[in-house]
Amino acid sequence: MTEPLIFEHSRAGRYARAQAPNVRAELDLPPSLLRKSAPNLPEVSELQAVRHYTRLSQLNFSIDTHFYPLGSCTMKYNPRACNKLAMLPGLVDRHPLAPASHSQGFLQCMFELQEMLKSVTGMKAVSLTPMAGAQGELAGVLMIRAYHHARGDHHRNEILVPDAAHGTNPATATMCGMSVVELPTDADGDVDIAALEKAVGPNTAGIMLTNPSTVGVFERKIERIAKIVHAAGGLLYYDGANLNAILGKVRPGDMGFDVIHMNLHKIFARGRGGRGPGSGAVGVGERLKPFMPIPVVAQEEGKYRWLDERDLPQSIGRLSAFMGNAGVLLRAYVYMRMLGHDGMKRVAEFATLNANYLAARLKAAGFQLAYPGRRASHEFIITLKRLARDRGVTAMDVAKALLDYGYHAPTTYFPLLVPECLLIEPTETESKEALDGFIDAMCDIMERAVRDTEQLKGAPYTLPVRRLDDVRAARKLDVAWRPDSAA
Amino acid sequence: MAFIPHTQGDISEMLAAIGAASINELFDEIPESLRVDDLPGIPEAIGEMEITRLMQARAAQDRGALCFIGAGAYEHHVPAAVWEITTRGEYYSAYTPYQAEASQGTLQLIYEYQSMMASLTGLDVSNASLYDGASAVAEAALMAVRANRRSKSRRILVPRTLSPVYTRVTSAIAGTQGISFERVDFDVATGTTPLAALSEWEGEDITALVIPQPGFLGCLEDVDALTDWAHAHGALVIAVVNPLSLALLRPPGEWGQAGADIACGEGQPLGVPLSSGGPYFGFMTTRMAHVRQMPGRIVGRTEDLDGKPGFTLTLQAREQHIRRSKATSNICTNQGLMVTAATIYMSLLGAEGLARVAAASHANTRQLADALCTVPGVDRAFATPCFHETVLKLDRPVAPVLKGLAEHDILGGFDLSADYPELGHAMLVCATETKTAEDIASYGRALSTVLKQLKVA
Repeated sequence: MTEPLIFEHSRAGRYARAQAPNVRAELDLPPSLLRKSAPNLPEVSELQAVRHYTRLSQLNFSIDTHFYPLGSCTMKYNPRACNKLAMLPGLVDRHPLAPASHSQGFLQCMFELQEMLKSVTGMKAVSLTPMAGAQGELAGVLMIRAYHHARGDHHRNEILVPDAAHGTNPATATMCGMSVVELPTDADGDVDIAALEKAVGPNTAGIMLTNPSTVGVFERKIERIAKIVHAAGGLLYYDGANLNAILGKVRPGDMGFDVIHMNLHKIFARGRGGRGPGSGAVGVGERLKPFMPIPVVAQEEGKYRWLDERDLPQSIGRLSAFMGNAGVLLRAYVYMRMLGHDGMKRVAEFATLNANYLAARLKAAGFQLAYPGRRASHEFIITLKRLARDRGVTAMDVAKALLDYGYHAPTTYFPLLVPECLLIEPTETESKEALDGFIDAMCDIMERAVRDTEQLKGAPYTLPVRRLDDVRAARKLDVAWRPDSAA
Repeated sequence: MAFIPHTQGDISEMLAAIGAASINELFDEIPESLRVDDLPGIPEAIGEMEITRLMQARAAQDRGALCFIGAGAYEHHVPAAVWEITTRGEYYSAYTPYQAEASQGTLQLIYEYQSMMASLTGLDVSNASLYDGASAVAEAALMAVRANRRSKSRRILVPRTLSPVYTRVTSAIAGTQGISFERVDFDVATGTTPLAALSEWEGEDITALVIPQPGFLGCLEDVDALTDWAHAHGALVIAVVNPLSLALLRPPGEWGQAGADIACGEGQPLGVPLSSGGPYFGFMTTRMAHVRQMPGRIVGRTEDLDGKPGFTLTLQAREQHIRRSKATSNICTNQGLMVTAATIYMSLLGAEGLARVAAASHANTRQLADALCTVPGVDRAFATPCFHETVLKLDRPVAPVLKGLAEHDILGGFDLSADYPELGHAMLVCATETKTAEDIASYGRALSTVLKQLKVA
């Protein structure tokens, strides 16, 4: 199935008239400021637009339609209620600059969300404004920088990052004007302590860690790492990408972290929308409280209000025009209230049960785990290096073959230090039957890889398109349709 | 257990396959000293019915006011079809299209979006979105520093007519990389940036000039003169525009002799609800020559193994997951769902519909200003042409007036006195196409009542 471009449905003079208002007066603008020719927007009826975008939606894999074990992305079920309730009149149409007198309902939700996040993370204060995980990281490193600068330590400009970290970690450090010192991972998947001891020094600003780490195991020496970095005068940043794995079991605040970000769109189930929006709320310990990004909600005598520059003069400032992705935060609030105290603790338990079950079954079926001696956290890595060596079948081939079985592929080729890897994260909302189906598919693929290698390497066969030419995409760059480009 | 499907039988079978006695045993690598078994402060679970009742009550508390505030977020009619389709699970619950073959719907939609934004702004190429308008300006500034190889100064000129909060966000995000953001003054008589304000930098090395159109004060800038000045000084032009206004106004790609180099701004007016400030989306377009310096995802059209057209993420070598510390930005997740809504919105409206929304908003704001200026003590601040926002001057401090109006359920505008003290008692008002003549008349009546009640300061 394919669908033409919306522009190919277009006919001059057509538009959805029910949507366009009547204009009561002439334009009062000098002609020199006016556009000479109309933009190339589609000219279609309402039905044509509805049908086109509905048909396009049907070309996607999504959580609602497919098992989506994309490692590190926590693709769990997004309850419909979260979306519906965030879009209630009063919330969906509230102007961001509405006065506190007309915002108490919204502000109360935000305040309670801050309080709940403090409880689950063990941090002392929370700012909800960062708009995605990467912006939470930016906020975190900017706070670390501001802390050192406030103490006169302007020379502390090195951020330690394990080699297995998400690409956003080193990219963030650079954006904050820091230099990156990479730390090796040991054979068991933990940070190499000897290398860490050598790397810290008078220029250390801090370390960015994901725990459980990006290789899918809990960093067992976290208390020692915290001691080493703190002793060197550095601070600890917790990348909350994998917080789902430990929710209700262990808290970053107790592990010694000074600042964390939480991907609320992942752990608290806001729909991902085909690449966002996200939310990267940050939590801080006592030392970084004065530097939090603004605004933050406060409660005073039963009323709620925003804290701003006047309340937090040392703040790193504002990261968005208003207060970040408020709608995502409302969805997270609804989800947390529906999970409640006990449900919150079950998240990590069942995410971990599902991952360990999948790992154990795949191992029994002959797949090679990257860290066989370790417990899986909420995700784990298999390496297909033997298959690649013996048959020339790569992790990418297996990923593409899975699509034909109706499974979204796991994350491929990340982390970079494990060759031919698949990072698999089933999440707690998947049933045992879904996992069993996935295991069957993986076994079948393995058998085909031996029996009919070339056929397998041509997958997928049943999707709207077969494998796409990425090289051509970059060389013959076609990133916008134009009337004259119609072929 | 909400949203967890496991039966007792499942749990036993799964533990047996793992070889563990209990779920708790799966956490045995976490040091005992760190384990918690309580989450104080988390309330007990409530069901969908209870949370619905609770959220309805909270939402009802904030309902019912007539809103005349703009200042970067605008109330527009959003066709029902936009969010009906956008929240389909296939869009709502998919993620970054790393597996292109399984994400052709999202990828094609982004390609269509990129095409629409490029045409709307009069430039060649668009990315797939940034977080919001303010952070888009910060990213544009960083991009300009990379793209303008002839300039060594890392100096970016930022007019005071750029939204003050955008200016603050830009410094917060991009301020630690040795870039100097220098403030360009405005003319209090016109509300715009005069060429004379740039004379301070005459003959100097400037990396980029930011040009907002319309400016935060609602007034339309002389974009041609400003663009030509920037180019004459070897500076790139970063246009910060309201995308809806571009249905009427000359697009950045056609400013001055050579056109702006980067256009960016807040995409919210294109079908995204006010929603307390987010999620919105930032947009960015540029010339083909600068595409490799652009941050964020970009979708390209290509072919599959059988030569059939298809879509994929392209130029990924710019991005953090490949380039790590040398990436153009740390951005990963962006505002995909909002782009879905905006694409459907632009398709439904078309160029004609969009121009009508823009023209109706423009006309209503004029009508609002006319109506409010009949109230004694209220006057226009500028005679400069504006799009759909304008500044009114009061004969007394604005804050108590806005408070008084809020008591009448009128959100009367944005108080400018903190950011623009030289304007005196000034406020920014906006009436989009959603406001009727009766809405405007109610504002006028309420303002008149409030001003009579309040003593002149």
